[in-house]
Amino acid sequence: MDKKLIFEKGSEGRKNSYVKKPSFDIVEPNQIIPEKFLRQDLPLPSLGEFEVVRHYTNLANLNFSLDANFYPLGSCTMKYNPKVNEELASLDGFIKLHPYQREDTIQGALELIYSLEDILCEITGMKKFTFQASSGAQGEFIGMAIIKKYHDSKGSRRSKVIVPDSSHGTNPATAALCGYDVVVVDSNDKGLVDLDKLAKLVDDDTAAIMLTNPNTLGLFEENICQISELIHKKGGLLYYDGANFNPLLGITNPVLMGFDVMHLNFHKTFSTPHGCGGPGAGAVGVVPELVDFLPIPVVAKKNNKFYFDYKIKHTIGRVRSFYGNFSVLIKAYVYLLMLGKEGLLRVAQNSVINANYIKEKLKGHYSLAYNSRCMHEVVFSCDKQKEKGVSALDISKRLLDYKIHPPTMYFPLIVKEALMVEPTETESKDTLDYFIKVMIEIDKEINQNPDKLKNSPHTMPVKRVNEVAAARFPNLKYTYEK
Amino acid sequence: MDGMKYTKSHEWVKIENGVAVIGITDYAKDQLGDVVFIELPDVGQRVVKSSQLGTVESTKTASEIYTPLTGEVIAVNDGLVDNPQWVNESPFEKGWMVKIKLSDENQLNDLLDEGAYKEFVSKEKH
Repeated sequence: MDKKLIFEKGSEGRKNSYVKKPSFDIVEPNQIIPEKFLRQDLPLPSLGEFEVVRHYTNLANLNFSLDANFYPLGSCTMKYNPKVNEELASLDGFIKLHPYQREDTIQGALELIYSLEDILCEITGMKKFTFQASSGAQGEFIGMAIIKKYHDSKGSRRSKVIVPDSSHGTNPATAALCGYDVVVVDSNDKGLVDLDKLAKLVDDDTAAIMLTNPNTLGLFEENICQISELIHKKGGLLYYDGANFNPLLGITNPVLMGFDVMHLNFHKTFSTPHGCGGPGAGAVGVVPELVDFLPIPVVAKKNNKFYFDYKIKHTIGRVRSFYGNFSVLIKAYVYLLMLGKEGLLRVAQNSVINANYIKEKLKGHYSLAYNSRCMHEVVFSCDKQKEKGVSALDISKRLLDYKIHPPTMYFPLIVKEALMVEPTETESKDTLDYFIKVMIEIDKEINQNPDKLKNSPHTMPVKRVNEVAAARFPNLKYTYEK
Repeated sequence: MDGMKYTKSHEWVKIENGVAVIGITDYAKDQLGDVVFIELPDVGQRVVKSSQLGTVESTKTASEIYTPLTGEVIAVNDGLVDNPQWVNESPFEKGWMVKIKLSDENQLNDLLDEGAYKEFVSKEKH
């Protein structure tokens, strides 16, 4: 692999010169800029256009991306992001907006946010949404800040937030960041919240429980209504982590399950770019009782005009500059309009069918963490493989040789040697069959040639890294050497 | 290993002249994966049985280390903080974590011997 940075390539005089010397006089920088502000050297590489094109094309090819490969990364919902989202979000009328423009000149943008909120309220049952959060994690923080302010406004000082032992790591982290003590409730032998144990934990000091449903084992919390009753009876609230909302679209909603606050990860359920692929957005929705606590501003409508409303009685305040990552909202809106009600329902159904297809085809080869019908994702345990000396990590690395992105590994924490597979609805049966075939093949390789797995990947530009050194001494900075 | 005692939370304890040397077991190390960060208590700190002694963070997860014994921390393995890989390489020797001067030697009776620990681990695997 060519590991050189572009700054380390080229040599003087190799660049193309398309720009002709202008006919007017050129002012030298030191004539107009004080000497102390001028740098003596500017280490720009000197390369021809062709070399630059080749450099960046090769760099792009090192990506292991959804557009090129199957990406069953559990809990991340790596569905295909339709290119039309990007196209419409790039319309001049959107990208040339300035956040300081007068409200009467941005009516279209405000209407889009307002309409998006309408659709999400219908899907989730919530009363109102804010789109300010820059990510799902920030959405969680806003949601929990709302819960805290709600209890404060009632003069109730509660210190405890309950999370299940299978929860996403962000749940306890968010609760702790909001100043709460985190209390963990165990799962029962079906992989669901243990109701008896929960009943013992819930008291007048309980501010909320944070749940994702289906949970991180891909199982539907079928006792959700009893859980809701237990918490509400003691004056606590239910927070819905919308990371796993995909399989419920159009089938049920968090309000029917008793939740009071929720966030949605647009990059998961609503096909906007993930992580480093672009800015994020986490919508936070609330029931009527909590509308007065939303961050400012929210988009409102009066006399057929849209405006930013700053008058919210118990608002938790501002959480971000301007109004969220607007381009992400456009992409989610396009996706929702394209699919419509029937389309969203089929998204949910197909995501569940795809996961169950993989579960049934592979359960004879890999142990199931819990042997019940799953929702949008299925969690296997590589415990049998581990006994033969091959770990979930080895299997994940080997998948890369077959051009498949590894599933989420070692999560949820309560499953040993976990592999969490979420195929999403956008994959064809052919792709699922290929994945199944490869997983069975890898299981055979463990008996025939375990070293092949332990030394994998063999075909990737980067082989096994020293994980300790990578975590302790990451090399993140380019140092220019003369 | 000779004279070693174990806990159900996968710490090992070795007694040398009324002082307990504590680390995490080979099995714990295997479960955690590569350890990348370790937080240890201060020397002089009083610790009570079953309370948190420190934190071990691996590429997979973060988990707590618990003290199975009450007493005073009289030494910590300073080098370990900068060389967490010692736990990966040699959990029973180079990877020792703290030394505790015991307040109550009777607590040693609550620990598992090697046979009992091995049996516990084999049950946990299944």
